Amino acid sequence: MEYLLQQLINGLTLGAIYGLIAIGYTMVYGIIGMINFAHGDIYMVGAFQAMIALMIVGTLGISWVPLQLAIMLIVALVLTAAYGWTVERIAYRPLRGSTRLAPLISAIGMSIVLQNYVQLLQGPRPKPVAPVIRGGFALTGSDSGFVVQLGYLQIMIILLTVALMTVFAYIIAKTSLGRAQRACEQDRKMASLLGVNVDLTISQTFIIGAALAAVAGMMVTLYYGVNDFFMGFVAGIKAFTAAVLGGIGSLPGAMLGGILIGLIEAIWSAYFSAEYKDVAAFGVLVLVLIFRPTGLLGRPEVEKV
Amino acid sequence: MNAALQQMTEPAMPLLTVEHLTMRFGGLVAIDDASFVAQHREITGVIGPNGAGKTTLFNCITGFYKPTVGRLTLAAADRPPMLLEQMEGFKIGQQASVARTFQNVRLFTGMSVLENLMVAQHNKLMRASGYTFLGLLGLPSFNRAERVARDLAVHWLDRIGLTHLADEPAGSLPYGDQRRLEIARAMCTEPVLLCLDEPAAGLNPRESAELNTLLRSIRDELGIGILLIEHDMSVVMGTCDHIVVLDYGRKIADGSPSEIRSDPAVIRAYLGEEEE
Repeated sequence: MEYLLQQLINGLTLGAIYGLIAIGYTMVYGIIGMINFAHGDIYMVGAFQAMIALMIVGTLGISWVPLQLAIMLIVALVLTAAYGWTVERIAYRPLRGSTRLAPLISAIGMSIVLQNYVQLLQGPRPKPVAPVIRGGFALTGSDSGFVVQLGYLQIMIILLTVALMTVFAYIIAKTSLGRAQRACEQDRKMASLLGVNVDLTISQTFIIGAALAAVAGMMVTLYYGVNDFFMGFVAGIKAFTAAVLGGIGSLPGAMLGGILIGLIEAIWSAYFSAEYKDVAAFGVLVLVLIFRPTGLLGRPEVEKV
Repeated sequence: MNAALQQMTEPAMPLLTVEHLTMRFGGLVAIDDASFVAQHREITGVIGPNGAGKTTLFNCITGFYKPTVGRLTLAAADRPPMLLEQMEGFKIGQQASVARTFQNVRLFTGMSVLENLMVAQHNKLMRASGYTFLGLLGLPSFNRAERVARDLAVHWLDRIGLTHLADEPAGSLPYGDQRRLEIARAMCTEPVLLCLDEPAAGLNPRESAELNTLLRSIRDELGIGILLIEHDMSVVMGTCDHIVVLDYGRKIADGSPSEIRSDPAVIRAYLGEEEE
């Protein structure tokens, strides 16, 4: 029982990270109907930005942890958002209005470019990061044999995710940017006639998606303490799976899918085998797609005849 | 601004001047050297048999198509005339203040009725909120802009009688209400020229009579110009101050409703030539 509780905590933490990345996929899919395969690498760039920020903060002699974290967060957020904007600007916008496949190929190309770029600048070896936040609560006493740990870092990850999701949901539901995004999702031509600058709205979508991925990258840097240039690939595919599982295009779906994937992975690795955790995650995706092709929270697309 | 002052500041030019407009698609000439004007505070009807080029004309005015030849000048009060054929699509809505509706209803069906009207006011809200990111800080100027926008939206909901449905998804409204909501949404962009493409299509006689009242009140109270494509002659004759008739892309007549009614070229286009 204690063991399961521990796995739930771990899975939830991991799921929060997947969920944040998945939002980027689902938002971009919603607004331009394209899978941004470079999004996983944007997350990787975010992780590296956070790592570099942490090192610079360390050499500057700032040792107060909240300040360290705040600087990491802001640097990763702003720089990664700039990367997200740039990718959209140079790789997707010129292809708007061409076939659906063209930006997809361009996205895969961008993904390779970003990986090689980071490999070139940072070297191919995994980079270790010293832990910043240690310790946590013991939820059960040691007399029961197994101590359930809830790390401070895990608490921070979950709280930060909840806070970001709240802000994000507010932006989408209540602000004029969110309204414009939803309008562009439904009918780009009409939105443009009402004076909505569609290109700008799409840029802002990429910026928000990249910023959320950057936060995910920073949290992974702190959580696992190792970054390498290839880390975006698997995480990206997982987050994409989460987005599809929840119903691509649906924002609550992306979060739900992320948490489910995180939980499945954690529980599978605990009770079966850690090597096959990816198989479990993708297996669930296959099952969901067979029985509910639009995902858990996705609305079926009604085609008018 | 009161009416007298507005009259004074109105430029001498007509609101919309179309000069030698030609639109070709390969070998097909959809509009062939059409010239006409639409005056300030008038409803200008554009009629003609199917395929006459009416919707193509709207597509040229609202930037969907770049005309092959010709000039479209929009001269609103208090600003220099603008050449619409040279502007990017979204700027025609944003800067030139031209609004339009389509033959088929194109509401944002998944958004609420009120949100549809708020999207139409996107630009001023974005400016007021510092492109949203500053607006998140909850500055009072942002909240004020949001409130003003909401007031305008509610004002239009009142006018079209849909206030009680403000939070319903726009797609769930009956067809006639959706039509009126589209006009209200276009009006929320605060246009100087409103282009309506068959607004009475599919309306029953009572609803088209309501539409007539709405269009006349928009013209009389707000003093904007309306360009109206319509097949329903009760709407055209009941509202238009001036009518332009197109046939096979060419302008065949131009005048007041009573002139158009008795114009032999128009009768020929609609009813065919009498055999000798």
